Amino acid sequence: MLDFLKLPVQKFQDFILLGFSAATNVFRSPHYSDDVFLQMDAIGVGSLPIVMMIGFVSGVIMAMQMARALQTYGAEGEVGKIVSVALVRELGPLLTALLVAGRNSSGIASEIGSMRVTEQIDAMRALGTDPIQKLVTPRLIATAFVLPLLTVIADFIGLIGGFLIARYLLDIPTSQYWTSAWQILEYNDLAQGLIKPFVFAIIIAMVGCFYGLRTTGGTQGVGKATTTAVVVADIWIFVFTALIGRIFLYFA
Amino acid sequence: MSPKPAVLRLEDVSLFFGDTAGLDHVNFELRAGETRVLFGEAGAGKTTLLKVALGLLKPDSGKVYLFGQDIGGMTEQELFDVRARVGILFQEGGLFDSLTIAENVAYPLLNQRVLLAEAAANGGTQRPVEERVQEALNFVELGQTLEKVPSELSGGMRRRVGIARAVVTGPALLLYDSPTAGLDPITANTIIALLLKEREIRNTATVMVTHRYLDGHLMANFRYNPSSGKMERASRGQSEAATVKFCVMKNGLLLFEGTEAELQAAQDPYVRKFLRHGSS
Ligand SMILES: Nc1ncnc2c1ncn2[C@@H]1O[C@H](COP(=O)(O)OP(=O)(O)OP(=O)(O)O)[C@@H](O)[C@H]1O
Ligand SMILES: [Mg+2]
Repeated sequence: MLDFLKLPVQKFQDFILLGFSAATNVFRSPHYSDDVFLQMDAIGVGSLPIVMMIGFVSGVIMAMQMARALQTYGAEGEVGKIVSVALVRELGPLLTALLVAGRNSSGIASEIGSMRVTEQIDAMRALGTDPIQKLVTPRLIATAFVLPLLTVIADFIGLIGGFLIARYLLDIPTSQYWTSAWQILEYNDLAQGLIKPFVFAIIIAMVGCFYGLRTTGGTQGVGKATTTAVVVADIWIFVFTALIGRIFLYFA
Repeated sequence: MSPKPAVLRLEDVSLFFGDTAGLDHVNFELRAGETRVLFGEAGAGKTTLLKVALGLLKPDSGKVYLFGQDIGGMTEQELFDVRARVGILFQEGGLFDSLTIAENVAYPLLNQRVLLAEAAANGGTQRPVEERVQEALNFVELGQTLEKVPSELSGGMRRRVGIARAVVTGPALLLYDSPTAGLDPITANTIIALLLKEREIRNTATVMVTHRYLDGHLMANFRYNPSSGKMERASRGQSEAATVKFCVMKNGLLLFEGTEAELQAAQDPYVRKFLRHGSS
């Protein structure tokens, strides 16, 4: 009766198993640290310009749009608070993760997928290397390390964007903007702003690797794996941003 | 004369991908010094057989013995140690395109745990990795390409690098998946000459998958002459025919197994198809 559920459940189980072995490999030798740094470079440095841009743009937009609403209450001086809370809690982590998913879930899936269809993954196993240890774990470590950093940078650049609007369009004093932006943040917000990217990083890396490793059907299959990886990663990111936000509201 | 020990044995092995049969109750045995030429149309299960033999795919049922060991219950770590004694040329090449040719050929020597342990135990007596890599590449006449990457080589050259990587460890079993596929006849013959050369030197148990009847015919009737460096027809006394057998697969079934003479006498139209095939 529940036959239609069998495939997705099986797939989810495979995904969890992959995640589990990738995570346990973190503590097992051999460690391919070269690959970790290579991936950090690809994911971190490669994504930096676009992440900074989107952070800046979202800070600017938020300050501009919110100013109008705040002006009706004569409260445009509070714009720093709104930009800061929205960015640090929600938008910074979410937008950064979506961007990095678009760039790197797809990149990881296509790279591992083409290795799969050219039998390089089989060759690794035949020649004494565990592909999970060599390919998945370094990508997991690198993303988990780099995404929180990128998010902090995006948050900060976004605050600067908001500041430029506040200072030069709304004539709010510099110190007022930064004080209100900083003071509104609670420990809770900062925790949320760092836990989210960490979780998203796991999603981005694992989904990319998962679909890459499952690629079948030649080069066409690689294309399919790539797009599927991005869509699935994005969906999980939305689910978890809501979930984590909800949990923090509950404890706040 | 007592029979040589079985290098590879499949007992009633089945593996299904959904409804398609990869292997359908296959029995297969290969002894030391023997060669099997494996024919079969696309999707017949030839690659699947090789991957099951290496434990890269797990069969649904049946048993696989490599060097007398049942690999069914082995962990991946234990499998690494058994696989270290097998050389394989993958159909799609399987060369690491982020590594140079030299690094590709050195890969098994530097990553197989047992080979590393052996090298450490032998201490100074073991030749250095670079020397063995150079030798393997010289063997396939690609001694000049060490620092290139696979994408810079032609299809035939990549195939030869794959062969070098398969033989560099001095394996006890060689699996060649479609070594001549997609190559022009002349290049294909040079590849077969390399396989004959390997057999002349080390006489390794070999499974060769192919679509070309000529490949099998050459394996069964020719030898490599080290002094002239060419293939030549083996004389009656040293004919390889006795140790070279032909297998034909269809839809996961092993339909036929026998000598070249038996293959030529076969009545089954599917089996006969492979007799005439010029190339593909
Ligand atoms: N990972 C897989 N998932 C699903 N089906 C597969 C998979 N691998 C192989 N198959 C199917 O199993 C059958 C046997 O495949 P196999 O690759 O062994 O064929 P083959 O004899 O090597 O063919 P070719 O000559 O084209 O290389 C085919 O029908 C193939 O579609
Ligand atoms: Mg095949």
